[in-house]
Amino acid sequence: MAGVELSGVSKRFGDVSVIDNVSLEIAQGEFVVFLGPSGCGKSTLLRLVAGLEQLDEGAILIDGNRVDNLPPGKRDVAMVFQHYALYPHMTVRDNLAFGLRNTGVSEDEIGGRIATAVEKLEIGDFLQRRPGQLSGGQKQRVAIARAIVKQPKLFLFDEPLSNLDAALRARTRIELAQLHQQLRTTMIFVTHDQVEAMTLADRIVVINERRIEQIGTPMEVYRRPATSFVASFVGTPKINLVPVTAANAGGLAAARMPDGTLLETTIPWDEALARDGATLGLRPENVRITGATQGQAPATARVVERLGERTIVYAALADGTLLTTEDRGDSTVQPGDEVGLAIDGNAAHLFAADGTGHHAGAA
Amino acid sequence: MLASQQGRRSTWDRWSGMLFVAPYLLLFVLMLVVPLVIGFRLSLTRGDLFGIREEVGFANYGRLFADPVFIQVIWNTLYFVVLTVPAFAVLGLLLALALNQQSRWAAVLRAIFFASTVLSVTVVTLIWRLVLLPEQGLAAVLANAIGAEPVAFLSSQATAMPAIAVTTIWWGIGLPMVLFLAALQQVPRDLYEAAALDGASRWRTLRSITLPSIKRTMVLVIIVEIILQFQLFGQAQLLTNGGPNNSTRPIVLFIYEAGWKQWQLGYAAAAAQILFAMIAIAAMAQYYVSSRRDAA
Ligand SMILES: Nc1ncnc2c1ncn2[C@@H]1O[C@H](COP(=O)(O)OP(=O)(O)OP(=O)(O)O)[C@@H](O)[C@H]1O
Ligand SMILES: [Mg+2]
Repeated sequence: MAGVELSGVSKRFGDVSVIDNVSLEIAQGEFVVFLGPSGCGKSTLLRLVAGLEQLDEGAILIDGNRVDNLPPGKRDVAMVFQHYALYPHMTVRDNLAFGLRNTGVSEDEIGGRIATAVEKLEIGDFLQRRPGQLSGGQKQRVAIARAIVKQPKLFLFDEPLSNLDAALRARTRIELAQLHQQLRTTMIFVTHDQVEAMTLADRIVVINERRIEQIGTPMEVYRRPATSFVASFVGTPKINLVPVTAANAGGLAAARMPDGTLLETTIPWDEALARDGATLGLRPENVRITGATQGQAPATARVVERLGERTIVYAALADGTLLTTEDRGDSTVQPGDEVGLAIDGNAAHLFAADGTGHHAGAA
Repeated sequence: MLASQQGRRSTWDRWSGMLFVAPYLLLFVLMLVVPLVIGFRLSLTRGDLFGIREEVGFANYGRLFADPVFIQVIWNTLYFVVLTVPAFAVLGLLLALALNQQSRWAAVLRAIFFASTVLSVTVVTLIWRLVLLPEQGLAAVLANAIGAEPVAFLSSQATAMPAIAVTTIWWGIGLPMVLFLAALQQVPRDLYEAAALDGASRWRTLRSITLPSIKRTMVLVIIVEIILQFQLFGQAQLLTNGGPNNSTRPIVLFIYEAGWKQWQLGYAAAAAQILFAMIAIAAMAQYYVSSRRDAA
């Protein structure tokens, strides 16, 4: 049985369509991340599930029960908000107890659940404080605890880490992953940060402009991006997208790059690639720096970023096309150096004119 | 040397801070403190149209408390404050809660309820005279329509002050309403969303989210209304002129008549000092009570 099921969900604000005919099934206990750029509608989709927005078309089921006509409090979901939304006039303890009291949980039971959550999230020291007396990270833990004590069927997170500093964000991310392993409750997590998505998700739902671009495991989304949008949104540094002319070379596709270099790939040939406007996708880690006379294509290093464990080199092909490439951490490349590029054709992606991705191996 | 530099710096900071408040401070002293001092000085004298005749110490105050009319106007004023201030707070809040919506209707109604505030007291009392007129007034017409006996609101001791209170509430409800509306709009929307997800009923949400969030505004409204309603004057003068039988004569009307009709400036000034003290005490008591409850 599906934990959450959306079928044909649409949402308009006035004349503006924000979610357009979205269908999605989330398994019981799955951790799903909605990933997409700002304004793509991922919060709206989450809020539709929560009941904070009314949908215009479609249906939402949680645990097999249709919920889209139920008020938020009756859907058995808990949500963690980006700005915490803790009740400012209540102590931390009352914040945790508020929802339980409203649904008639006994005071004994409330005490027990709070004790468990307090231990899990280490917030025991400030149970009697008001939210105004807590740091951002502490508030976030209280907000998560407030969701946990409700023992809901479904957790919803709307960019809960975006107000934390980098170190705390990384730590909380790990804690959330552990929490999911312990609770095994279905979770939906909204973010525009692809690192959060990659590290937390069982499956990622990539959303762009009102619709789902791809649903898949982090590795699928990274290795077999369904569209050029997904390819460019997931992965840092960003994938290189180069306009090419593709041709059939014995059943496999070969791509002629703007500088004339012919790159042989292991992507099965498809007539859709023959039309104008095919795009070659190369991840930086698959374009490596070699000696000036080696590799498939000569290039000139323009900008060099040394990150320690690896070096990012922005290199220009003969025609000026700029590629993001990688070298070893101890690279000696200097800006202006002539280098060769060793391009891994087996890891290349091709996108047809309509953006559809084609990848090596069976589909 | 560093320390002395720091010392100089902080002295400069202190004085430059003073510089910023100086214009207001000057106005405050000129417009408030000076008249207050002059008023108090005046209350210790006996004089007439042509000026101060003699210093009399606190004799004016003694006379005031021996004057049964003055004692009655104090009770009248307190009665009026009790009738109006809680009503302003409660009705203002209810109106704000009802009209705190995005709809066009709510916007129109907000404008209507606020509109009466901009009318002058003359217009307001004229309107309400037409309502309260014993025979042809709107209230009488309505009473006749339901077969009840029309009441002469303004000429009965029992109903005159409540009638003035109703007039005043109708006139002034716009101010508390907009203050509450502004406060309601400051409450973050995600608090309501969290409460909805926490299964809170509307009543629970009002009690646990809305009311605590606007507590400061409630205190402000009550203090402002205390200050305003203690100074009842125009409505009472124009609707009943203090009658019947002095039952609607407020302190300010008493001061006005003592000072500008009978030219007992010292006597009027003394009554004004007492009014000032009453307002100050009431406002401070309200502030004290609410901040005590806040801390608890
Ligand atoms: N209440 C509303 N009324 C009108 N338009 C809205 C409303 N809420 C959201 N929108 C619009 O819907 C679109 C999607 O908004 P949404 O909040 O879902 O974006 P998002 O993907 O969560 O973005 P972000 O990463 O910035 O939070 C935006 O263009 C936004 O302007
Ligand atoms: Mg959002």
